Amino acid sequence: MSMPFYVSPEQIMKDKADYARKGIARGRSAVVLRYDGGILFVADNMSRTLHKISELYDRIAFAAVGRYNEFENLRLAGVRYADSHGYAYDRRDVTGQMLANAYAQTLGAVFTESNKPWEVEIVVAEVGDTPEADQIYRITFDGSVVDERDFVAMGGSAERVTSALKERYDGEAPLATALATAMHALSHENGERRELEAASLEVAVLDRAREHRKFRRVQGERLNRLIAESRASGTRPEESGDTET
Amino acid sequence: MSEAFGIGGRLPAAFMNPGTSSFIDFLAQVNPDLLPGRRNLPQGDSSHLTPDATTIVALTFPGGVLLAGDRRATSGNVIANRDMDKLFRADEFSAVAIAGSAGIGIELARLFQVELEHYEKREGRPLSLEGKANRLASMIRGNLGMALQGFVVVPLLVGYDEPRGEGRIFSYDPVGGRYEEHRYHSIGSGSVYARGSLKKLYRDDLSEEDAALVALQALYDAADDDSATGGPDVHRRIYPLVDVITDDGHRRLPADEVAELADTVVTGRSQRPDGPTAPLS
Repeated sequence: MSMPFYVSPEQIMKDKADYARKGIARGRSAVVLRYDGGILFVADNMSRTLHKISELYDRIAFAAVGRYNEFENLRLAGVRYADSHGYAYDRRDVTGQMLANAYAQTLGAVFTESNKPWEVEIVVAEVGDTPEADQIYRITFDGSVVDERDFVAMGGSAERVTSALKERYDGEAPLATALATAMHALSHENGERRELEAASLEVAVLDRAREHRKFRRVQGERLNRLIAESRASGTRPEESGDTET
Repeated sequence: MSEAFGIGGRLPAAFMNPGTSSFIDFLAQVNPDLLPGRRNLPQGDSSHLTPDATTIVALTFPGGVLLAGDRRATSGNVIANRDMDKLFRADEFSAVAIAGSAGIGIELARLFQVELEHYEKREGRPLSLEGKANRLASMIRGNLGMALQGFVVVPLLVGYDEPRGEGRIFSYDPVGGRYEEHRYHSIGSGSVYARGSLKKLYRDDLSEEDAALVALQALYDAADDDSATGGPDVHRRIYPLVDVITDDGHRRLPADEVAELADTVVTGRSQRPDGPTAPLS
């Protein structure tokens, strides 16, 4: 009779976490940051139809990196959860915190119960009536939730992107400047300096001033104009002299 | 919503499977009690339990469509509500108004709003106007059991058809029959009078403001001859509600703008109680 190998629980969890981290780091980054009129989402995404950023509810949006089929599944579940809660009670009763909790529970359960953890990292952001009421939650593959104050970078080489974002971040900045900051940060990916163009960017905002549904995609001509504006505002993403450390 | 969470607090399988893009179909799986038209009612007519919403008018103008409704709800001879809102913004480019059993109608309109938005969020693009009209038809059909017991609801759907660049109007019968109306239409208890008025006042080249004026005249005529329709209440300052949909999207006319137009109508009627006359030939 052969003896089964003993693997300690610590080792199992560590292996799973390493597996998930590797999967997430393979993709490209996405950043979420606050600007003077709401919350900006920018993802490095070649596809125009397979979105990494989407609307969940009136004032809540979703951004994700990692495996498309897994986070798409989470997005659909979130839309269903938000819509049924809002229909049973009231539209004001659907909150970002509630959705973040539901996602955390779901990802946590998948991480502990199944052999293969989900290789996703997501952000649930809610724009408030005032900047102080804005909420940004980052939920990782093991179900941990982090309440972020100002900005989040995830996927790809998230650490590099985060430090680039930290350098220039200003929560009071107008949209064009915030976009320049985000593009500057995303161009630091993988230690190489890449030129980012409108075609490879997915951009959306939660605009505090909008009525009803605050979520709006910025694409096509509008995105080109905004990028031109952000370059003109002096913070050219490709210009800054500093190199990777 | 305890049913939203399964074991261990995770979202249950019904939320995670790819399934349908219809919110109504989804709700039928996880929480059917929330859907209207699924209750077993005792035999007999119970329609006195909810008031009736009355007159709605709609008309198109170049580049858009306008929807207006009076504010009254009645229970038999009693005025149940003086300032009811019977118009619902369905999404950016459509609106729906209800006549008939108010309680059921409001629920249907709310569900229709969520249905459209749910589809748009899931699929990443909105339904076509025809698609919205068909979806509403099947919702009305689902209410047939209730309609047979007296809870009859008929909606009027208006929307801006982006590919065609024009406003369109759809009316319904209680079994879910869908009819596209051209130029103008009216539903509800005062609709007979409103339609006569619309017929005489409608022009093909109305501006948005003139279209609002025509709608207010038609509602005045309906209130004039139908006791269940409320006219402009100048003392309480309760005026009809007017929604306009153009390529800029849905917009409700501000109350003071409508008040000004309604005052024009009321002042005109003090000179000529039957309203403006149409040329004889």
